Amino acid sequence: MADEIIELNDGTENLVIVGIQRRGVQLARRIVALIEESHGATVIEGSLDITLYRDDLQTVGPRPVVGPTDLPRGVDGRNVVIVDDVLYTGRTVRAALDELADFGRPARISLAVLIDRGGRELPIQPDVVGKEIQVEPADRVDVLVEELDGKTGVVVVPGAPIPAP
Amino acid sequence: MTSALGKDLLGLESLSSEQIRLILDTAEPFKEISERAIKKVPALRGSTIVNLFFENSTRTRISFEFAEKRLSADTVNVSASGSSVSKGETLVDTARNLEAMRIDMVVIRHGASGAAHFLAERIESNVINAGDGTHEHPTQGLLDLLTLRDRLGDLAGKKVCICGDVLHSRVARSNIWGLKHLGADVAVCGPRSLLPNAIEEFGVTVFDRIEQAIEWADALNILRLQTERMTAGYIPSSREYNRVFGVTRERLERAPRDVLILHPGPMNRGVEIDSDVADGPHSVILDQVTNGVAVRMAVLYLLAGGRPELAEAAKGGTR
Repeated sequence: MADEIIELNDGTENLVIVGIQRRGVQLARRIVALIEESHGATVIEGSLDITLYRDDLQTVGPRPVVGPTDLPRGVDGRNVVIVDDVLYTGRTVRAALDELADFGRPARISLAVLIDRGGRELPIQPDVVGKEIQVEPADRVDVLVEELDGKTGVVVVPGAPIPAP
Repeated sequence: MTSALGKDLLGLESLSSEQIRLILDTAEPFKEISERAIKKVPALRGSTIVNLFFENSTRTRISFEFAEKRLSADTVNVSASGSSVSKGETLVDTARNLEAMRIDMVVIRHGASGAAHFLAERIESNVINAGDGTHEHPTQGLLDLLTLRDRLGDLAGKKVCICGDVLHSRVARSNIWGLKHLGADVAVCGPRSLLPNAIEEFGVTVFDRIEQAIEWADALNILRLQTERMTAGYIPSSREYNRVFGVTRERLERAPRDVLILHPGPMNRGVEIDSDVADGPHSVILDQVTNGVAVRMAVLYLLAGGRPELAEAAKGGTR
């Protein structure tokens, strides 16, 4: 994925890798470490908490605001790569795009996700995908990272089947 | 519509320690929003909030207004003078008329203790108490807690003394409840004429001399002498008050440890607090003001959302 990101952005210049809280942040950190190791270049790393940009406050209610938004050098004119663990409906990415727009005008924004589970509700597609998987809508896909979960992996938790109407 | 805090925020007495921690933890990331170039997030877009101020206020009203605007809510300010309140309309009629215009929240400041409760029982909108008489001023209490926590860490076992005009102070009451919920040791210090009768029943220590308070405390929350609420001669003069109870640099220098200095404002420099102290290295008075916006954003955010009947429908499609 790290190589694909570099290819997509014509190198590491101007690159900003932004993880979406929470597990996107750890994945972004890994990608940055891999790029720095293989290319010897320093890449700017950022994080984004999109809780306050969600479109479901009135329906689902407030969620705990989990972490800070931190874009250390701004985004103006840069190649921003949004990193998240699982891409599903696309609503999180929609919120992240809105939030990024409040910080400036990137040259381009692309999307890298570890798992694409399908089921989009918005016209949003990833540019770099770790793995596509087929799951039922009720299933839950959890990405585990060492820093938060003590181990690394992807787990599909089967949900209750939805009764036919 | 019930949130983790219930429908309203009326005081800190009725909150649990978990609820208070939730507000303070939620306020943490809101601090960063005020540091951005574009100080705005869309969380409360489309919500209408009325700031209903029956008493004068600069800091609290502006702080609420900034908090509301930084969450993208639409706001209207109503003050008693220049509105139909000055024509004799009752509080409930004013609020019901506002509600008929389809508002979502009311922030109320009123001279009568219990005004916010009274209103909350009679309208459907969320009600936030921005100070009612001498009863409570919960968001001020919360911002004091946040400021203390920023500097002292966990407040359990920390010693905080509230100094001065406790009798007329809603800030004092909200602080006492909030601090006790978080496990702090609380004391008050002031002339007996400015301490409520049976103040000990709040579970606080009473110091009659400011020197004792300074020796004991990790932090002093110094209250303003509210001369406008004083209906009788509570103290001989403000000069004498300063001589006996004023927090001065000389007094602080004798303390065994650094004492954090808080003041809810507006300050009477040279009365309850000397300029050397207010502008000194241990003063966090302006941090309180900064934290005020973040705490109020957190309260508005937590009260705003959450309709359980719609949550079911939205389940599953949230990632």
